[in-house]
Amino acid sequence: MPAVNTASLPDIVFMLLFFFMVATVMRQNTLMIENNLPFADQVEKLDKKDLVMYIYAGKPSENYKQYGSSAKIQLNDKFADVKEIASFIAAERASKREELVPYLTTALKVDSDANMGLIGDIKQELRKVNALKINYTTKKGSVLGNN
Amino acid sequence: MAKRAAPEVNAGSMADIAFLLLIFFLVTTTIETDSGINRKLPPMEESEEDVVIKQKNIFTVLLNGKDQLLVEDEIMELKDLRLAAKEFLDNGGDKSCSYCKGAKDPASSDNPDKAIISLANNRETTYKTYISVQNELVAAYNELRDARAQALYNMPFTQMEADYKDVNWPGNKEKLKEKIDKIKADYPQKLSEVQE
Repeated sequence: MPAVNTASLPDIVFMLLFFFMVATVMRQNTLMIENNLPFADQVEKLDKKDLVMYIYAGKPSENYKQYGSSAKIQLNDKFADVKEIASFIAAERASKREELVPYLTTALKVDSDANMGLIGDIKQELRKVNALKINYTTKKGSVLGNN
Repeated sequence: MAKRAAPEVNAGSMADIAFLLLIFFLVTTTIETDSGINRKLPPMEESEEDVVIKQKNIFTVLLNGKDQLLVEDEIMELKDLRLAAKEFLDNGGDKSCSYCKGAKDPASSDNPDKAIISLANNRETTYKTYISVQNELVAAYNELRDARAQALYNMPFTQMEADYKDVNWPGNKEKLKEKIDKIKADYPQKLSEVQE
């Protein structure tokens, strides 16, 4: 039986490699929480990536079990208290050009199983600092997949 | 001078190297989700004057701590919510709404402009249920707007908005904006939220 010619194997692999290299977005934040986003189908795209502030919430993931099992907020790379949101928003705003500040959107990346109490607190804090544009980040799909 | 052929580089391990890189990128790739439901929070300052709203113009949606849905004092399944919201918004009870296709029930909302959806949730409600309800309510508005845009401009509303956002869209954006605003004025999104 003749050996299969594998000369084109590197080419194929390189093609795949380039695809993944281009498609990869390195995460800015290391997630310390479970972040299984809910599904929704009436979604709009967040267009300007640099004008988005991310607030994560969910229960601590396997490696951070010592922080308890109730949902927590994560800002940048660490767990945060609800009260820290105001300073986080202020810091984000300060890092952007002044004329872009009104266009900033807050994306809430919240785990499906988190309680609304926490989200309500976050929203209240955001209202206090007048960051009114929010986006509930969701996966695309039918809402019936949520249960 | 004797011409010597350059020794050929052995490319046999190239595939291995490429595989290694490939696997690295495969593992680190997280296709980021960057879409979601856009909402606007109400500003903090509380208005002094009390606005009187007729009870029939309010569509109350209650979510309790066990993720059960109570719509207008009746228990409802999530899948029926969209239709119920559409019927309420499109009712046109005082007959001032020429484009409404609803039942014109005098006991339900007067006009899409006056109809308000009030969403109340408990602290114990889970986020996924809340998002599902939000999604259904937004969908009700979107479907009504789509139908209205289809009737007026022969194009669904979602398409118009997508065109408006698209930088490469060749048409007249100002005109499109006018049309979008008209549809939005016909079916304004009035959604108020409370947390118990």
